[in-house]
Amino acid sequence: MTTIRIGAGAGFSGDRIEPAADLAARGKLDFLIFECLAERTIALAQLARIDDPAKGYDPLLETRLAAVLPACRRGGVRIVTNMGAANPLAAADLAGRVARRLGLSGLRIAAVTGDDVVAAVRGGGWRVEETGRPVAALGDALISANAYLGAGPIVAALDQGADIVITGRVADPALFLAPAIHSFGWAMDDWQRLGCGTLAGHLLECSAQITGGYFADPGYKDPPDLARLGFPIGEIDSDGGLTITKLAATGGEVSERTCKEQLLYEVHDPSAYLQPDVVADFSQVSIAQAGPDRVRIGGGNGRPRTGLLKVSLGLLDGWIGEGQISYAGPGAVERGRLAARIVEERLDLLGIACEERRAELIGVDAILGPAAAAPVPREVRMRFAARTATAEEAEAIGAEVEALYLCGPSGGGGVTRSARRIVAMVSTLIPAELAAPQIHLTEV
Amino acid sequence: MRLRELAHARTGDKGNVSNISVIAYRVEDFPRLAREVTAERVRACFPGLTIGEIVRYELPRLGALNFVLDGALGGGVTRSLALDAHGKCLGASVLDMEVSDA
Repeated sequence: MTTIRIGAGAGFSGDRIEPAADLAARGKLDFLIFECLAERTIALAQLARIDDPAKGYDPLLETRLAAVLPACRRGGVRIVTNMGAANPLAAADLAGRVARRLGLSGLRIAAVTGDDVVAAVRGGGWRVEETGRPVAALGDALISANAYLGAGPIVAALDQGADIVITGRVADPALFLAPAIHSFGWAMDDWQRLGCGTLAGHLLECSAQITGGYFADPGYKDPPDLARLGFPIGEIDSDGGLTITKLAATGGEVSERTCKEQLLYEVHDPSAYLQPDVVADFSQVSIAQAGPDRVRIGGGNGRPRTGLLKVSLGLLDGWIGEGQISYAGPGAVERGRLAARIVEERLDLLGIACEERRAELIGVDAILGPAAAAPVPREVRMRFAARTATAEEAEAIGAEVEALYLCGPSGGGGVTRSARRIVAMVSTLIPAELAAPQIHLTEV
Repeated sequence: MRLRELAHARTGDKGNVSNISVIAYRVEDFPRLAREVTAERVRACFPGLTIGEIVRYELPRLGALNFVLDGALGGGVTRSLALDAHGKCLGASVLDMEVSDA
């Protein structure tokens, strides 16, 4: 039975770089995957592309590729990534320039397009899942519509010999499922194996979250050496069996407990994990330690796909203005509360219209809301945030918090302020046939 | 005793929905977990938050429960005014729950 080794080189756009370089150099990998496209990232990328048609891909694409490409070329490691974001073609172009600059030749680079379905959803009777209202009624507020593509186009690119596959929006687990389908020739209706490949992708797609990241709780869970966390490797066999491991001499742990936490991460019904290629079933999964930092995963399954694709819709939704200021010592809570009341009154006096306002004391009630009884903290940070229609109004929120330096309660310090545009994300479902993926292969 | 002695937790987010897994350190503690950690008791861990329906899924093989908290994220990660818009801090609060010693 053959086995492939797939490494996870990034689990989000801001992930560490060196663990991926380490995997490329020492991992004896067949594939290295970079998952860098969060829900909202693609809408922000669309905005960047509107400003500059040559942009709209992940800003760290060049840095990440430069860190791994020479080792990947030496070791025959093929790369799959969604760092193309809103502009996979421009990203593939840049990847070619990076390869040439590094003196690498004979490299085949594929861009996958077709996830952008904004034209298709503007017409037709699609409804926003969260509100039930027609997508067409969103008008000019709608700035992006990207369908979660499945593994198909990535498999096709790998079948055509691509060394690097760069996509926009695809379902995150499909980035990992695709190399397995390509390597083992799994049928696109082999639901059990597609379910296993999806399980592997789901476990690996958040990089260090399965090797000891997002996990430590001193005294209870103490994975070692978190500053040198190793990113995970999945060993997948042709029947869909999976072992999760990591490189020797890296920090963190791969254990039953890290795997269980990641299995359920962002999962709702474990027996119905909806994906474009399959409805995966994680409800009968087994997890067993097979050695130091080696965990054997079994019991993945799947059922026929729904035939529908989820589409992320990006909407311009006004602005968020925010300001923070700290108080310490006796009466810190009372001064913080007074500061919030003053800002509230100032916004009314100035006639700053806000769709929603929120005032809280960090360290008291910012995360969990008000409590009946809480210990008195030595210091607090008042945070005031509001949603507004315009940038000017958003700026006014922070300005009023800043003005508390001279006009507010005694001993207020350390003001920070910000105003940012909101791109809200909602979703709709479309028949899979409405998305027409295309593969663009170039050789450098 | 506190649930923290028996189990660990992880929080995830999708849109305006938070999910919190509660996982027994020892699989044999699962019956106690299933008996004690109900959806209503999870709701009671968050008196200061507005949360819609809470659905509980059971994974006895793994000794785990998965709670899905609808409407828990202030309108969703992308437009919420909350400091922790992803709700990533929420799961740890569930571990503060008192559970029976046996």
